[in-house]
Amino acid sequence: MTLTTLELVPGHKIVEHFGVISGSTVRAKHIGKDFLAGFKNIIGGELTGYTELMEESRNQAIQRMKDQALQKGANAILGVRFATSDIAPGAAEVFAYGTAVRIEKNV
Amino acid sequence: MFEFIIFGTLVIVGYTVGSRREAAHYKSIEEREKQLLYLPVRANKAIYHQAQQTQLMMASVVVANDYFKTVATSVKSFFGGQIRSQESLLDRARREATLRLKQKARVWGAVEVIGFRMDTCMIENAGVEIFVYGTAIKNDSL
Repeated sequence: MTLTTLELVPGHKIVEHFGVISGSTVRAKHIGKDFLAGFKNIIGGELTGYTELMEESRNQAIQRMKDQALQKGANAILGVRFATSDIAPGAAEVFAYGTAVRIEKNV
Repeated sequence: MFEFIIFGTLVIVGYTVGSRREAAHYKSIEEREKQLLYLPVRANKAIYHQAQQTQLMMASVVVANDYFKTVATSVKSFFGGQIRSQESLLDRARREATLRLKQKARVWGAVEVIGFRMDTCMIENAGVEIFVYGTAIKNDSL
């Protein structure tokens, strides 16, 4: 599965179009990570635990988007975009979307 | 009285440790930016190379305010106006995230990153997340 933020994949042509697909996940904060974050809020700096948490959530959103694309018979997702929103206190939604297509190598 | 001492200590610790960490971070950012200057990152999507591979690249960083900045912000927001301490925090986070993206692209063997996007997300009572992504381009003909 090819993922790109571009509208095309170099050296390939688009042979079929499946429309917009998306994947999302909602994650809550972790108490243990939150405790460390409280300390970091005094001296400042990076919250590594949260960086990892967001990365995990994003990978899951991408995985769900890929599953949807595979189901439709696509082998590439073009114009991938991400959006994040905090929907409830302590919970964030990570959302990925793009256009599912089937591509073939140019000969 | 006791509460006031705790508050004062937190502000002083936040200010001294926080500003030292900020200065060190800026120094490290500037150094790494110089090292990765050869790898262009651009927001448009035009492709100039002939034969190539592409790969989606992502990087993120979650940063927290120090206690002094939090207090300074709440005081400042009463009067309104520009809050410089918050600006430097976001500036650092954006540059750090971009550097991480470039570092990943370099490891993969990219010549440039195109279609670059930035995203900001508040994490309540903890910090702010800066997320950057783009498409890395590798030139196989090289």
